[in-house]
Amino acid sequence: MVDPINFIAQWLRNLMAGWRLSAGLITVILDVIGVLVLSVFVLLVAIFLVWVERKVVARFQDRLGPNRVGPYGLIQPFADILKLLIKEDLTPKGADRLVYNLAPIIALATVLLLWAVIPLSPYVVGSSINVAVLYIVAIGSISTLGIIMAGWASNNKYALLGAFRTVAQMVSYEVPMVIVLLIPVLLSRSMGIQDIAKAQTPFWNWYIFLAPVAAAIFLITSIAEIGRAPFDLTEAESEIVAGFHIEYSGMKFGMFYAGELLHALTIGALFSTLFLGGWRGPFVDQVPFLGIFYLFIKSFLIYYVIMWIKYSVPRIRIDHMLNFNWKFLTPISIALLIVTAVLDKVLQTSPHWVYWLGMLMANIFIALVSLSLVRRYGQSKRIAVGSPRPVARPENIYPQNSTSGD
Amino acid sequence: MTVQQILFLLVAAGTLGSAFMVVSVRNLVHAALWLIAALGGIAILFVFLSAGFLAVAQVVIYIGAISILIIFTIMLTRNVAIDPGKQMNSSWVGALIIAVALFVLNVLILSQWSEINKTAPVLPAQYDALRLLGLALVNPNGYVLPFELASVLLLAALIGAILIAWGRR
Repeated sequence: MVDPINFIAQWLRNLMAGWRLSAGLITVILDVIGVLVLSVFVLLVAIFLVWVERKVVARFQDRLGPNRVGPYGLIQPFADILKLLIKEDLTPKGADRLVYNLAPIIALATVLLLWAVIPLSPYVVGSSINVAVLYIVAIGSISTLGIIMAGWASNNKYALLGAFRTVAQMVSYEVPMVIVLLIPVLLSRSMGIQDIAKAQTPFWNWYIFLAPVAAAIFLITSIAEIGRAPFDLTEAESEIVAGFHIEYSGMKFGMFYAGELLHALTIGALFSTLFLGGWRGPFVDQVPFLGIFYLFIKSFLIYYVIMWIKYSVPRIRIDHMLNFNWKFLTPISIALLIVTAVLDKVLQTSPHWVYWLGMLMANIFIALVSLSLVRRYGQSKRIAVGSPRPVARPENIYPQNSTSGD
Repeated sequence: MTVQQILFLLVAAGTLGSAFMVVSVRNLVHAALWLIAALGGIAILFVFLSAGFLAVAQVVIYIGAISILIIFTIMLTRNVAIDPGKQMNSSWVGALIIAVALFVLNVLILSQWSEINKTAPVLPAQYDALRLLGLALVNPNGYVLPFELASVLLLAALIGAILIAWGRR
């Protein structure tokens, strides 16, 4: 069966070739159309995400959520958008106007840029580059830039504090994220994300079974990269009002908001491509176009998990956030990478089930050891806090051994 | 002129313009942002040369690490927007002469190179530059020694940073 998207692209190519345009121009026009279609599609999904997010958070908090506008409140996001559009667009006094207006664009555009490398189906991928995993890291670092620009240009001390926190958080969580991203690369022998998806061929070969700890660390660090709870120190309401986007109103705030929601779904798509086989599912070999639906089902599943974490876990303190990254996630991910690399080489010639079981067991072992180490450390800390401290009382200062009578 | 050439010229002009803005704007944060634009333009030029790895590495290292560090440092300083000092010192004429001379020299040398007008050969579909690069970095006949030396250097820097942060016990 022919893939509809590639079929349309081929038809347009032939049509333009009939108009005697040069081959280079046709490629450029088709690329521009592809970019537009993909961005519009992803942004339409973002409108739907507003409804999903509000409905799911309502359920977590034992409410009904939007239910007045349209069936199940489905029209609610359009009402939200209208509200954002007609709100007054404020620019604070002393703000750096150009940078201030550029920041929300960068924040949303970086999320859209990630979709360029996510394979939607075996034959539909924005750009099938062989450095896609590194590209994801690169785009992640540009998104840091958008937040710094927003924080600095707002001319607001809370915004700047939020931006500083963002840099500390995003730059440090990038370290275990990059290390952990190397594990799917190592297992599939390729940095191209399409090859990684193709390598996970029967479902028991999904990398979530071969590298579950890596998957968990990737999810945690991704949540930190988005700056969602429990890592939402960048917009901690109780401390710095709203963080980097405090001065933004109307649609500019809407772009930050849509960017955050969309980033969460994008992380879901990346996670499902790297660890859940991406577009793989039943009958996808016969009907490749089904891959898009499978990818989105998996992405929404991960998105649900991210929301679940967001609305169940309280915000962590900034020193805990940094300690958790540098003293827990980074050592584990380095150990995991070394163990995976060695085991991969050792078990290369053994039968596949031995390889599979060995990888899984090594992951479980690492998880158990690290968790027990952390538990022991936590216990020792709690004992130190809970044990009775010396109090400045006379019997503590002057040991009374002979005067037992009084 | 093909579309690709027009795109190349646009990107090259943008890169040069951004690079000029880096040294000419008075606001330090704006200069840093223009620097990011210039570095991004160079990344796009790498893409035009079908050097995807270099393009992405350029973004990761120069935009993601170095520029963020520069902006972070600038944000911690005061009076970034108003610096009333002179933008040129007295030796700008000499600098201009040297820069123009170097440029002319470059053009002269490159125009005498026989392969300057050669179009790039079309790479076969199986050609995986990234894999070749990776193999060359661990090949004893390739670049394994510089690679390992760089790793040791970075490790030393890492340990040094930890030692500084460790404090006195």
